[in-house]
Amino acid sequence: MTLTAGWFMGLAAVLFALGGAGVLLRRNALVMFMSIELMLNAVNLTFVAASKALGQIEGQVATLFVIVVAAAEVTVGLAIIVAIFHNRASADVDEFAELKG
Amino acid sequence: MAEVVVFVVFAFAALAGAFVMLLARNPVYSAIGLLTTMFSIAVFYVLLDAHFVAAIQVIIYTGAVMTLFMFVIMMIGVDRDEDTSERIPYQRPIGIVLAVGFAAVIVAAGSGAWVTGSASFATPDLNGTIEAVADELFGTWTIPFLGTVFLLTIAALGTIALARYGPTGPRPIDDGEGRT
Repeated sequence: MTLTAGWFMGLAAVLFALGGAGVLLRRNALVMFMSIELMLNAVNLTFVAASKALGQIEGQVATLFVIVVAAAEVTVGLAIIVAIFHNRASADVDEFAELKG
Repeated sequence: MAEVVVFVVFAFAALAGAFVMLLARNPVYSAIGLLTTMFSIAVFYVLLDAHFVAAIQVIIYTGAVMTLFMFVIMMIGVDRDEDTSERIPYQRPIGIVLAVGFAAVIVAAGSGAWVTGSASFATPDLNGTIEAVADELFGTWTIPFLGTVFLLTIAALGTIALARYGPTGPRPIDDGEGRT
């Protein structure tokens, strides 16, 4: 039995679905953010698996770009969560209703 | 064969970490679960001969990003467990149904390709060393790479602005000796 790209793709699909479930089911803004990170990681895994299966390096370069964008996203997102927490003393997304008319 | 054993062990670790992240009531446990998953993914990168990406994964994700998450969790209250009562009726059952449906759809969409796809990895052996990745990154993708420089600078400036400006204008900066 040898490893093929399909094994990694299947695992990445399950991890992506678990991340999506986290965004849908959790209400803590931090945990929702971690779920988004998990989804990004699952996509990175498919990129690298496809890169290996096709014998081309572009998938790994795409993964590096995704990691850079995710790092920028994490800094801004966590800064927003901290700023909201300063005003509302809560990280529960159901508490935030400032835009409600 | 050894590769298959490593894959199975770390696949279980990754799935366990993801489930812990999804189900733990305390955000610290969620962070530890995500850390396990990210480290397992770094191991998969090594299995796929993407050595440089594996190192970056460990340094950026399990190092920097998860430490940042830990800082923020410690800052905004660690001992507070999430209450699981729902304010919007039927939100949780609908969420579970949507999540399971989504998982079923992507597994169904991909299973044909995964099962009947290429029997093994491509014959031109790919080795994701720093040299191979850098050739591609600084050869073909130089301009997008420079774009990430602007992206990171703008993200850093945005973070500083979010920390500095409150609802009533800029917050005073303490110079460390009690003056502002």
